[in-house]
Amino acid sequence: MLMPETLSSTSAGLVTPQVARFDTPLMLACGRELPAFELVYETYGTLNETASNAVLICHALSGHHHAAGYHHVDDRKPGWWDAHIGPGKSIDTRRFFVISVNNLGGCHGSTGPSSDNPTTGRIWGPDFPLMTVIDWVNSQAMLADRLGIQRFAAVVGGSLGGMQVLQWAMSLPERIANAAVIAATPRLSAQNIAFNEVARQAIRSDPEFFDGWYSEHQTLPRQGLRLARMVGHITYLSEHSMGARFGRDLRTDSLNYGYDVEFEVESYLRYQGDTFSTRFDANTYLLMTKALDYFDPAGEHGNDLPGALATATCRFLVVSFTTDWRFAPARSRELVDALLRAGKHVSYANIDSSHGHDAFLLPNERYEAVLGGFMTRIANDVEHAAGDPS
Amino acid sequence: MRADLELIYGWVPQGARVLDLGCGDGTLLAALSRHKQVTGYGLEIDSDGISRCLEKGVDVIEQDLDQGLANIPDDAFDLVVMTQALQVLRRPDLMLDEMLRVAHECIIAFPNFAWWRHRLSLGLKGRMPVSRSLPHAWYDTPNIHLSTFRDFSDLCRMQGHTITDRAVGNGSREGQWRHRRWPNLFGQDAIFRVRR
Repeated sequence: MLMPETLSSTSAGLVTPQVARFDTPLMLACGRELPAFELVYETYGTLNETASNAVLICHALSGHHHAAGYHHVDDRKPGWWDAHIGPGKSIDTRRFFVISVNNLGGCHGSTGPSSDNPTTGRIWGPDFPLMTVIDWVNSQAMLADRLGIQRFAAVVGGSLGGMQVLQWAMSLPERIANAAVIAATPRLSAQNIAFNEVARQAIRSDPEFFDGWYSEHQTLPRQGLRLARMVGHITYLSEHSMGARFGRDLRTDSLNYGYDVEFEVESYLRYQGDTFSTRFDANTYLLMTKALDYFDPAGEHGNDLPGALATATCRFLVVSFTTDWRFAPARSRELVDALLRAGKHVSYANIDSSHGHDAFLLPNERYEAVLGGFMTRIANDVEHAAGDPS
Repeated sequence: MRADLELIYGWVPQGARVLDLGCGDGTLLAALSRHKQVTGYGLEIDSDGISRCLEKGVDVIEQDLDQGLANIPDDAFDLVVMTQALQVLRRPDLMLDEMLRVAHECIIAFPNFAWWRHRLSLGLKGRMPVSRSLPHAWYDTPNIHLSTFRDFSDLCRMQGHTITDRAVGNGSREGQWRHRRWPNLFGQDAIFRVRR
């Protein structure tokens, strides 16, 4: 039934995830090391002869490597960023070779808490080391080496993905020509950390959590993960989008003076929580929220954000969305002002959207014009340098 | 390139750091960076303008000029350019000071309300002028602070700034910008070069 859309001219089409195995140890920011690991990733488009048209996509908290196209013709949904990756889309796969990686610590195929720990013979579980943004960047760089990519034409990401983009720009400036930092922040606020802590407590206080060893007890902390997702989901939407979608609409004809689902918004949140709790790993969720909390390049430079950004040489595009209150436009402005002070190439757009933080995942004409304009210029530069202006 | 931009282009020194307020589609900055090794940013709020800048590789920041330039440090630039934006600002006087805080020199282009045709319209016909440089009707114009060549000279003097150059252009002979006689009467658009 979806076949025609799968094969439509603007879809990345059918894609197959690939696995790269690394037997060189990876030193982590927490002081521990991963002796060996696997990264699962997808690619869209074709790498050019000089390997100069590669674009890396960095995913957010609950994201993964499947960013565009379909795995099977009967898939219900395409990848999570299919609105922006594909032939003729903002990140045009006719011009770019796009790589999307599942981050270490994830639960979609890359080495993480549910993988086997080679030293103990049991799964890693809660023993899996806490990952930080720089660890992800280092592992992504190893994958780039493997694929023969010395320098990315662009690294692009939203939310937690945007933090990885920033880290790329600061840590590996010679390997990134352009950076698109979307709906992100240079550091979490106390309120952001507070929401993450509520989510963690929801998971950790679930009796089925067993200090993270739930799989050894043949169970899952579903209730905790469900609550964590419900809280998180509220922060992804705007008050306006929730109001417009659900208002005070009731599922029933009248109030029933009880605690079953009555309002549409309750039903929606429960549904979101339920589906998430069966497809996402609790230890991964905990680890990802910690990576968010820890990210603070300015903090590592005496609260000097322009100083932290001093090493960057790429051109930046920073994008925020008007109703995003999780990482509000003001957080993006902080980043833009710091880049300006540091004398870096930076452009900034604040996109009108009613969808809150989630807007970075959705289609939006102006968003596409801004990201598309930035990426078009990059593609032109790449093709011009390769002596193949088309 | 538009005639006023041509003139400004000629005034910008090689390799300068330039801030372009209301940079539109980035035509001026793109030409300056390509041929004069100029670096800098454009500030713009028009979404089409911002997209065009991005396609050209011009660094553009979405920022409302009425919010001021508080995010830009003193002397961050050599030169600030502002064309056709002075008259839409809430406080042009404060902006002039701000421009000369972030750079030691600025170039400002604006429509001259005292141009003889504008005077004719108001003085003889008794109607608000509509012209190529002031194309809007009085009820939907974004221009809330119209001024004259002479008014702006006075403002610069009052605020203690030095006018180093000025020129006027005439709509009927675009491209012919000059330091003509009776500029306040015969200039349809005015360009000032001001230092602190």
